[in-house]
Amino acid sequence: MISKEEVQHIAKLARLELTEKEIEKMQKDLSSILDYFDLLKKAPRTKTNYSNIPRNNGIADSNVTRKDEVISNYDKRDELVAAAPDKKDDYIKVKAIL
Amino acid sequence: MIDLTELTIKQAHEGLKKKEFTSVDLTKAYLDKIKKEDKDINAFLSVTEDLALAQAEEADIKIATGKFGELCGVPCAIKDAILVEGEKCTAGSKILENYVAPYDATVIKKLKEAGVVILGKTNLDEFAMGGSGENSAFSVAKNPHDKTRVAGGSSSGSAAAVAADMAVYSLGSDTGGSIRLPSSFCGIVGLKPTYGAVSRSGLIAFGSSLDQIGPIAKTVEDAKIVFQAISGKDPMDATSAEYAFKDLNVSLKGLKIGVPKEYFVKGIDPEVEKIIRDAIKKAEQAGAEIVEISLPSVEFALACYYIIAPSEASANLARFDGIKYGLSEGAGKDLLEVYLHSRGKGFGAEVKRRIMIGTYALSSGYYDAYYKKAQEVRELIKEDFKKAFSKVDLIFCPVSPVPAIKIGERTDDPLSMYLMDIYTVSVNMAGLPGISLPAGRQVCQDGTELPVGLQIIGNHFEENKILAIASQLEKMI
Repeated sequence: MISKEEVQHIAKLARLELTEKEIEKMQKDLSSILDYFDLLKKAPRTKTNYSNIPRNNGIADSNVTRKDEVISNYDKRDELVAAAPDKKDDYIKVKAIL
Repeated sequence: MIDLTELTIKQAHEGLKKKEFTSVDLTKAYLDKIKKEDKDINAFLSVTEDLALAQAEEADIKIATGKFGELCGVPCAIKDAILVEGEKCTAGSKILENYVAPYDATVIKKLKEAGVVILGKTNLDEFAMGGSGENSAFSVAKNPHDKTRVAGGSSSGSAAAVAADMAVYSLGSDTGGSIRLPSSFCGIVGLKPTYGAVSRSGLIAFGSSLDQIGPIAKTVEDAKIVFQAISGKDPMDATSAEYAFKDLNVSLKGLKIGVPKEYFVKGIDPEVEKIIRDAIKKAEQAGAEIVEISLPSVEFALACYYIIAPSEASANLARFDGIKYGLSEGAGKDLLEVYLHSRGKGFGAEVKRRIMIGTYALSSGYYDAYYKKAQEVRELIKEDFKKAFSKVDLIFCPVSPVPAIKIGERTDDPLSMYLMDIYTVSVNMAGLPGISLPAGRQVCQDGTELPVGLQIIGNHFEENKILAIASQLEKMI
């Protein structure tokens, strides 16, 4: 069974606050799911080098790139800023990090 | 007097053309029905009445000119993970409970150009994570065939709305079966397109290498009409493909249908197996050649999927930080506490579980054993299908090993819930198109009849072949 400390470590990496009860349930659930993943140890090794697979799900033969240009007809700036819960004038407010 | 809420897209279009009713008549009939009946189904998270009536009036003006397409003025429902400008988009989550979409998803833009009427936003498992609809933070969408059972997930409300005649058609999204599974459970048609056939811009991201938007409808023909309208290249989604749907003249006669032997082993409900086998037999009687095929690596598909999808989700859901949008629990002393509180309070149990699995699989020391291994096995799965499609035209198999489950039946055991996806996830791993076609009904001991869907899988961008064959089969089963 995955330890409480391990669950707490992963939760911190994931920026998730978990209650004591949630941690306990997570230990149980993650352990049974990770046990199921052991099935992959039976899978044959592949020659494919993972880093060479195009990041478009491999349907096209290559990655799709575009020029780094400003597209001026896309102006949703005000709407996007308006969606932030805490803002001042045109800025999104965040707590000080120092 | 015909019942306006029982029409297909095609029939609604004919009625509008002959001026038997207007789009406003049609829209009001659906809005009334939703008001009366959705309290027992929970298909909708929000009803966009003002938008729907305004769109219907606009459509009627277009219809009066005599020049209008098949979708013009026809009311539909949209999964609440797809953005509709100015309307709430919750993704079934408390963290986005009051979030208003700042722009339209590309599929919505396209439907608006076609004269769409949007009745409302439909229920779903939170962030589309689930197979039963029970992970919605707001309510469980019930199966119109038996209200003690789930509608299936994650596009639970989209399937329930169409099955209960509360929308002519709907849009869902499918990351590991989320269109096909609820379509199978609710006895309607659901198409998961090829990865890249439909733009994902404006779909709240879950697993970006797997997600696809697709139609849920009453008939194969309707699904085709919607798919044609929403597919194609979009500059807003770099993974969308140059693709234009073309009808294909193909029939069951002489068609080679592959049946994967690995899909008919332990775990499948014998009644489901019988219904699927009968459908395959009917295809054979119509002249198709049935070929047993092997997909040796699909054995690993579910494990693979439940590593890759949560890994991508853990990255995609990092944006819900209490700063940019949605719920913010700002009372903490520093930025880290805002993150922890907002996410701890805003996400439900399944979403937390998947973020944890994904973060674990990507974390230092485990990356090679889980994420990298899963990506390598994913290549084996793709190879299996590539080999299969060098021998056969289409693959027939079940959508789910079981019909709609009882509400609450599997909620305590996440792994048993994941196992319902065993026949659907491989299709997303390989980026293939697949449809769920109603194939029959399983009669329960208490006399209720539960629909069972046949899954038809095609090669990349061969939706036309799937749809042509599904349309022929639809009339036979």
